[in-house]
Amino acid sequence: MSEEPKGANGRNNWAYWLLLIPFIATLWVPFYNSAEPAWEGIPYFYWYQFLWILISAVLTAFVYFATERK
Amino acid sequence: MPVNWIALVVFIAAFGFVTFLGFAAVHWRRGDLDLLHEWGLAGGRFGTLVTWFLLGGDLYTAYTFIAVPALAFGSGAVAFFAVPYTIIVYPFVFVVFPRLWSVAKRHGYITAADFVRGRYGNKWLALAVAITGIVATMPYIALQLVGIQVVIAGMGVESRGLMGDLPLIIAFVILAAFTYMSGLRAPAAIAIVKDLMIYITVIAAVIIVPIELGGYGKIFAAVPAQKLTLAPPGPGTLGSYSAYATLALGSALALFLYPHSVTGVLSSSSRHVIRRNSALLPAYSFLLGLIALLGFMAIAAGVDKAPQFAPYFQQYKANFAVPALFLHIFPAWFAGFAFAAIAIGALVPAAIMSIAAANLWTRNVYREFINPRCTLAREAQMAKWVSLIVKFGALLFIIGLSTQYAIQLQLLGGVWIIQTLPAVIFGLYTRWFDAWALLIGWAAGIVCGTWMYWVAGTTFPLHLGGLTIPGYAAFYSLIVNIAVTVVLTLIFGLLGAVRSPDQTSAADYV
Repeated sequence: MSEEPKGANGRNNWAYWLLLIPFIATLWVPFYNSAEPAWEGIPYFYWYQFLWILISAVLTAFVYFATERK
Repeated sequence: MPVNWIALVVFIAAFGFVTFLGFAAVHWRRGDLDLLHEWGLAGGRFGTLVTWFLLGGDLYTAYTFIAVPALAFGSGAVAFFAVPYTIIVYPFVFVVFPRLWSVAKRHGYITAADFVRGRYGNKWLALAVAITGIVATMPYIALQLVGIQVVIAGMGVESRGLMGDLPLIIAFVILAAFTYMSGLRAPAAIAIVKDLMIYITVIAAVIIVPIELGGYGKIFAAVPAQKLTLAPPGPGTLGSYSAYATLALGSALALFLYPHSVTGVLSSSSRHVIRRNSALLPAYSFLLGLIALLGFMAIAAGVDKAPQFAPYFQQYKANFAVPALFLHIFPAWFAGFAFAAIAIGALVPAAIMSIAAANLWTRNVYREFINPRCTLAREAQMAKWVSLIVKFGALLFIIGLSTQYAIQLQLLGGVWIIQTLPAVIFGLYTRWFDAWALLIGWAAGIVCGTWMYWVAGTTFPLHLGGLTIPGYAAFYSLIVNIAVTVVLTLIFGLLGAVRSPDQTSAADYV
């Protein structure tokens, strides 16, 4: 519903679909509910979710630049 | 514990500084504060950076800073649902909320209920949205006081009895006064100080604590293995997996329906500011993840076993984990700084929430139903008074009733506020839904969600065939709400129900 491409005069609307990726990556818990592989003593469960904060921010920034009207 | 004078002096100095700032903010980007739009939205002039501080200070509340690590401290991995929650909320905001900003700008809407009124031409639906917002916000304001209470106790100040309530009362009188005077400009100015203090505190903690405790490996090793990850579901149930995912998704969908979030969004100067902030606000999500880790650090530091903290853990339970950790690892002056960051962190959302509730009352109840011909100055004056009433209501709530009630009501508030999603969010895309169908769907969602919460708490065990799917009550009741709304819209359409005109047009949203 909310991911319907809007607001860029039809240009680069495909980019909005990228915003679905963080939903899939973080809402499917079996992807990351384990302690291994740990990284520097940090269990996988934690560093995976922290990493997705960064990936999601970068994706949003990318979509911003791809869809911003000049 | 004796009174920690060094911490207390730093705390009072920081608090004094933001009090000054709150009153001085009246001169910031000067506007005519006798207009509701100026008092309650600061004229919609905040650019990317101020909006970043304002929304960060608004959404990541003092209660969050106490309660999320407390949940990690007590229950482990489940507390980290706050991370996926604050990851997925921003792509959602990025796509949806610039539309709300645009249509609000075009028509002078200052609340979500204003938009619903204009879109559907149904004042009862708008009233439902407004009342839901006010009711969901009140316990949220009250909970901000819990943050102040816990850190004041952490400095050894007597926290029982009438004298114990005095610091809270002082803090709230200050808060009420500068909000009345400066409107949204006050929390916006204070948010900048608060956010910087919180960043400094958390960065110091995530550097110093691992050094003292021997690295992150040691910290995670101190957490019992069964709390370190979610319990894998047994046969015939999706167990903690569906609970974790629906808590994250439901909370994310609800967050920006809260009036204080809408106020933050609408005070920005352009739709681009909202889009940019959707990529910038995850910095706070990262901070929140680190704050959740403070709960594990408190486990590793063994603060609950220290005899000087025992009476506080008895009184405040796991909520004392973070203050105890700060007292344990920081020198007294920096503990005072950190406590001030949390207490000031309570002022920002409490101020914005009271302003947002006042906007809703004034626009969508007072002007709509009580005094339709009121002057603009009278409207702004009414909002100022209501912001005072709302705050003193919250104060009485915490002093007179138990904190536990406020926590329960805040959780219920999440279940209620999400029921405004079909009217507000779907309304930003389509006028297909019937206003009365939306209103009945809203009522069905409220009743169903409250019942689920009553019988099962936040996560409701849904039985489908032989499978049990525990999920967030807000999420399930939203599905009921949407189903009822869709079916009734189709039925009303077949019956040829007459629709009120739509004030907005497609071009208003982009």
